[in-house]
Amino acid sequence: MPITPATVLLLLFLAGPIAYCAYIAFTDMQLTGQASASFVGFDNFKKAFGDANFRNSVVLTLIFTLVSSILGQNTLGLTLASLMARSTKFVRSVTGAVVICAWVLPEIVAGFLLYTFFSKEGTLNEILAFLHLPSQNWLFTLPIMAVSFANVWRGTAFSMLVYSAALSEIPKEVTESAEVDGAGSWQRLWHITLPMIRRSIGTNLMLNTLQTLSVFGLIWAMTRGGPGNRSQTLPIFMYDQAFNKSLIGYGTAVALLLLVVGALFSVVYLRLMREEV
Amino acid sequence: MSVMPARSTSPLVLSIAAVLAAGTLTACGGGAAGDPDTIKIAFPKDTDNKVTVRDNYVKDMAEEFEKKNKGKKVKIIPIQASAQDYVTKLQQMMRSPKTAPDLVYEDTFLINSDIKSGYLRPLDDYVGKWDDWKKFDSTAKTAAKAQDGKIYGIPDGTDTRALWFNKKIFKKAGLPEDWQPKTWDDVLEAARTVKKKAPDKIPLNVFTGKGVGEAAAMQGFEMLLYGTGQDPLYDKKSKKWVKGSKGFKDSLDFVKTVYGEKLGPEVDQALSPTMQTKVVTDLLPKEKLAIALDGSWLGQQWLKTGGSPWPEWDETMGMAPMPTQNGEAPGEVSMSGGWTWSIPQKSKNPDLAWKMIQHMQSQKNAVEWCVRGAQIAVREDVAADPKYLKSMPGIKFFTKRVDNTEYRPTLPVYPQVSTAIQEAMEGVTTGDSSVEEAAKSYDEQLESITDGAVVEK
Repeated sequence: MPITPATVLLLLFLAGPIAYCAYIAFTDMQLTGQASASFVGFDNFKKAFGDANFRNSVVLTLIFTLVSSILGQNTLGLTLASLMARSTKFVRSVTGAVVICAWVLPEIVAGFLLYTFFSKEGTLNEILAFLHLPSQNWLFTLPIMAVSFANVWRGTAFSMLVYSAALSEIPKEVTESAEVDGAGSWQRLWHITLPMIRRSIGTNLMLNTLQTLSVFGLIWAMTRGGPGNRSQTLPIFMYDQAFNKSLIGYGTAVALLLLVVGALFSVVYLRLMREEV
Repeated sequence: MSVMPARSTSPLVLSIAAVLAAGTLTACGGGAAGDPDTIKIAFPKDTDNKVTVRDNYVKDMAEEFEKKNKGKKVKIIPIQASAQDYVTKLQQMMRSPKTAPDLVYEDTFLINSDIKSGYLRPLDDYVGKWDDWKKFDSTAKTAAKAQDGKIYGIPDGTDTRALWFNKKIFKKAGLPEDWQPKTWDDVLEAARTVKKKAPDKIPLNVFTGKGVGEAAAMQGFEMLLYGTGQDPLYDKKSKKWVKGSKGFKDSLDFVKTVYGEKLGPEVDQALSPTMQTKVVTDLLPKEKLAIALDGSWLGQQWLKTGGSPWPEWDETMGMAPMPTQNGEAPGEVSMSGGWTWSIPQKSKNPDLAWKMIQHMQSQKNAVEWCVRGAQIAVREDVAADPKYLKSMPGIKFFTKRVDNTEYRPTLPVYPQVSTAIQEAMEGVTTGDSSVEEAAKSYDEQLESITDGAVVEK
């Protein structure tokens, strides 16, 4: 069987660790301070739902995903793609290169870059001062917004690529005949373009959301989840529990819950994609 | 789905991706796992690259060791990370025989926790045959003693804590240059005076929050808490952790006052993980900070061999003991900790690692470390050495604090209690929670961490 090696590898390297993780989530395993771990059933999950910090993280994760992925990356990506479709080759190449550079940077490097942009003595405040506008300590007063914008900056390229591809597949004749029939640009967008790229929108939203849910390095470099817990999304909360507090079992349980959140989003998107217009 | 748009960009993307991938691949490989002639030493490297006191010392020791023991190799693993990340990394390394170093540098606050996890190896057999052990003072010998009565680490020094203050700024603010505060209020009053008379200076630094980790708990909070009464964190008689105490709230209130009245550094700076380095290499030597509640080791950065040499520090900096809350006896507080050299349970070369400890703890090398690292000696022969006694001004002051110093309850759950303290501090520092709320949240966490082994005081 030609697929046997692939299956074995998958089981070994993917299913194995996942199963082990799922098992740890039901134990009280710690990184230090414990002779051996024992099985505790659903205790970790019960603890999570009773933990105000966990609930805070869930809310922040949803805000982060909504602002940076669904509203930010997705809309901006579509806008850029449609603008680029209509511009000259030169503008297209330059814009593409700039946006893609942000995307190929390793997450942690992007994190440090944006830290210097948003920090108190950073570029953004310099610009504001130059324009005689009041400066702000962005990472302190609006940390979740600062990291959301950072994620938009970093991740928009992906949506832009997806939508560029999708737009280029719309036959010219369709748009042209609509134009001849007297459809304005909004009408063309609403009745022709969006329905025709519906599947790409679904795919893009799903991939964006899943990627955004697991963003860690960016937030870690910029705020470490702070100040206080004001930008502590689920991945940061999970790290804090597992490694700062040494509660590996609890941290893993939170990771599983994060997986569930991702799965819920995916189900919603898949449903959207399946419906026929 | 096709994701290949604007043609002109794709070669760029591909080549960058290729470079990145190559970088990642070359980073792996190598290492000397299981070589019986090589020992691996892991220790923390400062987050500031200019600060290389410990790196240099370990490097020198390794070279001498290799010269003395032909055919043996020492592989040093400096871990450059914040305090908390160092701990995490080390624990992960010690979990597996593949990655476990042969010798590790452990903060004493962690040692019981790591012993309970089975990470460390008892050293009693080695210590029993080692003459130098008799020269260690009795508190130091218990620094790395576990609840099972065995020794798990060899301390190479200790430390004490007090108030450092800048005499020049004090003069400008009209404060005495031989400042000796008697109560917490005296400390706050001095800070308020600095704020008024020298508004461009930061009046007072008290470490706080999760960013600096254990420094917030020990240099910051416990220096306050242990001035509020007997056994304020852990009750030795009932062997239970203290919850709901007035002293705890008062200490949080002090932190809140410092940051609420803007007597401390800007909150975002205070909460940054590099704050500890910043105080010693920037704020103090550049004379931007008037009072620092900090450790005996600061001078090591200002020596010629340190990260920010500062020859004039001797004339500029004054030192005063940290007072108790209302001047209660004995009138001052200090906390002591220190680090030990330990051998992981999963080390493959424990005998050679022990040889290395002995090498670093020869009388000559022990003095060398105490001098270079600005350590308070834990051996009588080191404490009496003229080179040590003359190593830096202030060493007598900080050695004297040993008389009234306190040790943390270094029980297995202490690291988690410490994190809970840091969180309570961060809450009041940012203003996200009131003192009452932060204290309540600490009490709840404490119950959960200790499985209810708490007592109300």
